[in-house]
Amino acid sequence: MSAAADRIYLRDTPAEALPPPTMQRGVIGWLRENLFSSIGNGVLTLLCIAFIAWVVPPLLKFFIFDAVWSGSDREACLASPQLPEPGACWAFVRTWINYFIYGFYPMGLRWRVDIFFAALAFGITWLAWLSAPRRDLGAVYFFIVLPIVSYLLLSGAPLIGLADVTTSLWGGILVTIVVASVGIVASLPIGILLALGRRSDIPVIKILSVMVIEFVRGVPMITVLFMASVMLPLFVPDALAPDKLVRALIGVALFASANMAEVVRGGLLAIPRGQYEAAAALGLSYWRMNALVILPQALRVTLPNIVNTFIALFKDTTLVFIVGIFDFLRTIEAARIDPHWATPITSVTGYAFAALFYFVFCYGMSRYARRVEMRLARADRR
Amino acid sequence: MTTTAIDHSSRARRRIGNIALQTGLVVVVAGLIYAAGENAARNLQAAHIASGFGFWNNTAGFDISQTLIEYSSGTSTFGRAFWVGLLNTLLVAGLGIMFATALGFVIGLARLSKNWLVSRLAGCYVETIRNVPLLLQLLFWYNAVLKALPEMHGSVSIPGGGLLNNRGLFLPRPQFAASSPYVTMTLLLAVAIVVGLRIWAKRRQNRTGEQVPVLWPALGLILGLPLAFIFLTDVPIRFDYPVLGRFNVLGGLEILPEFAALLLALTIYTAAFIAEVVRAGVLSVPHGQTEAAQALGLRPRTTLRLIIVPQAMRVIIPPLTGQYLNLTKNSSLAVAIGYPDLVQVFTGSVLNITGQAVEVIAITMAVYLFISLVTSLLMNLYGYAISVGER
Repeated sequence: MSAAADRIYLRDTPAEALPPPTMQRGVIGWLRENLFSSIGNGVLTLLCIAFIAWVVPPLLKFFIFDAVWSGSDREACLASPQLPEPGACWAFVRTWINYFIYGFYPMGLRWRVDIFFAALAFGITWLAWLSAPRRDLGAVYFFIVLPIVSYLLLSGAPLIGLADVTTSLWGGILVTIVVASVGIVASLPIGILLALGRRSDIPVIKILSVMVIEFVRGVPMITVLFMASVMLPLFVPDALAPDKLVRALIGVALFASANMAEVVRGGLLAIPRGQYEAAAALGLSYWRMNALVILPQALRVTLPNIVNTFIALFKDTTLVFIVGIFDFLRTIEAARIDPHWATPITSVTGYAFAALFYFVFCYGMSRYARRVEMRLARADRR
Repeated sequence: MTTTAIDHSSRARRRIGNIALQTGLVVVVAGLIYAAGENAARNLQAAHIASGFGFWNNTAGFDISQTLIEYSSGTSTFGRAFWVGLLNTLLVAGLGIMFATALGFVIGLARLSKNWLVSRLAGCYVETIRNVPLLLQLLFWYNAVLKALPEMHGSVSIPGGGLLNNRGLFLPRPQFAASSPYVTMTLLLAVAIVVGLRIWAKRRQNRTGEQVPVLWPALGLILGLPLAFIFLTDVPIRFDYPVLGRFNVLGGLEILPEFAALLLALTIYTAAFIAEVVRAGVLSVPHGQTEAAQALGLRPRTTLRLIIVPQAMRVIIPPLTGQYLNLTKNSSLAVAIGYPDLVQVFTGSVLNITGQAVEVIAITMAVYLFISLVTSLLMNLYGYAISVGER
């Protein structure tokens, strides 16, 4: 027995680990795994590289290396011996930039617009930063204080020494931001009310909410804007007829609210019945139940969707252009046909600048939505 | 005893409150509608604008640049203009849906590719396109690309006999000879044979478990029968080629730049959203399904066709329909570049001529509302059908 045991080879220490095969680790391994795992994949990768090599350098050349950064008129952006193929005419954007931001807002009063931008940025940061202090006060600021202050600031209040500025002088990014923020500020409360109305036990309220939501969501936004800008003046007495911008704002707010209602409803559907029953057992009234128990949870789970609605709204603000409002896109359209800057590349430059502006805002919002989503997912994974 | 009494009285009070609330609401809404109607009537009368739908049969008197049905500004009515506009909307929406679906599925699947570069490129496409407003994209395609094409006399020739310039794309127009109905008939015959073949193959598979390939014979039949017929008889189609005239391009099939720009913008924009729908749908199929299929010995392609796709489609179809509706509604942006769709013809030209804002906008909205409601009805039926299939 013991002789046999002696002859059995038993290793009492583990063999030293071999390094992983070079072909499966590091850069080479990653390349093999992700780009060249089969012949078909390799061909695809090469095609993609060819595509990138075909598209990216000309784009960089056009928008950066060959671009014209300064100049006083179209001469700078025309083909010349020094610059046979001029790129984007950024000089044009630099010349017109104040028009793009403020429209025809009086030169000496533009500080009021700047203050409005700053106040808005402050409010958005307060609300969007999820661990900011006193976000309830932030909501009061954003939904009550800010609209009043902005209105006084932008359109003027002679009583406190701010000269009137009619909305026909507003333009550019100012109008785009105003339309978007009015849409956001109006759509949340109205959307919540419509969503609650849709789930209400009271038949008349339910039917009215469903009708408003389905009607507005079933038609293109442009027809809602036409309705607001053409039909609204007919429906109210002349004395009350709102000005052009306000009519467009009403259309945008209506459209955004109906969309928001559906998003909020989605959040409400995610709340378990037990929450309602528990709130009722505590003796909370309908409004206190919704305000203290249901809505805080519903809005939280649907926050990413709310932000996505804001993104859609921000893009949709361009539609006010069609009913004759001078939003950012409209100022681009107006400037790009300026004969002083008429070159073959002026239009492309103008549109590229506009695209960059919208992209930065929308992409920023979608990143934020993604982060909130991940945070919520973490909170759920206990 | 006392508690039930309190309960009864409070419930009764609540019910009375409810009824009062509802009555009040109905009165307020009815009052608002009445006041709005009164005001509208007074304002319209002051502006000497007729009301009612009598204008429908009046002569329109304006031109429309693209008409799928016969239309002339001198004799056609506003009603005719309505149908022209509606057909133009349906044309661009229908083609847009086809192209956007194809592109969207390709990009959505590319985003799921194991190839890092492919999925990154698809991701770039989706992020860029989704975050730039459709109207801006539309203006870009129209003003910066299509309107910047060469003038007519510098037209770009397209292989096969087409011309491209800043007035549009001109393609050879097929002209059908007398024998062409027979070609259509052979095509229908081929389709009928294919359907029969498929039914037979399915039955056979159910009975014996053996699979009969259907796809390739079907393609061969559908393409081959009509072609064979054409070669055996006579060439039934001749082409009318576009030629440069003195002031205009003569002949050919004209595709307006407005139409092309709208179709391009709608396709590219909606494809990005469809790609996301497709991606979410495929990801919604649990990985266990793939593993189970592998355990049963199915090959990857078969797994995709029989296991993944049918389950993913369930998730994909409802939001996909939503995207189709969005595309149809977004086609109304045509008004910004002057493509004669329903909104441009109706809330543009007809509204300007008649001034009857209420009727014109109501008709336009009713059309879109009808499309939306019918679609959501069908979707509800579909949702019901698939929920029945579930346990």
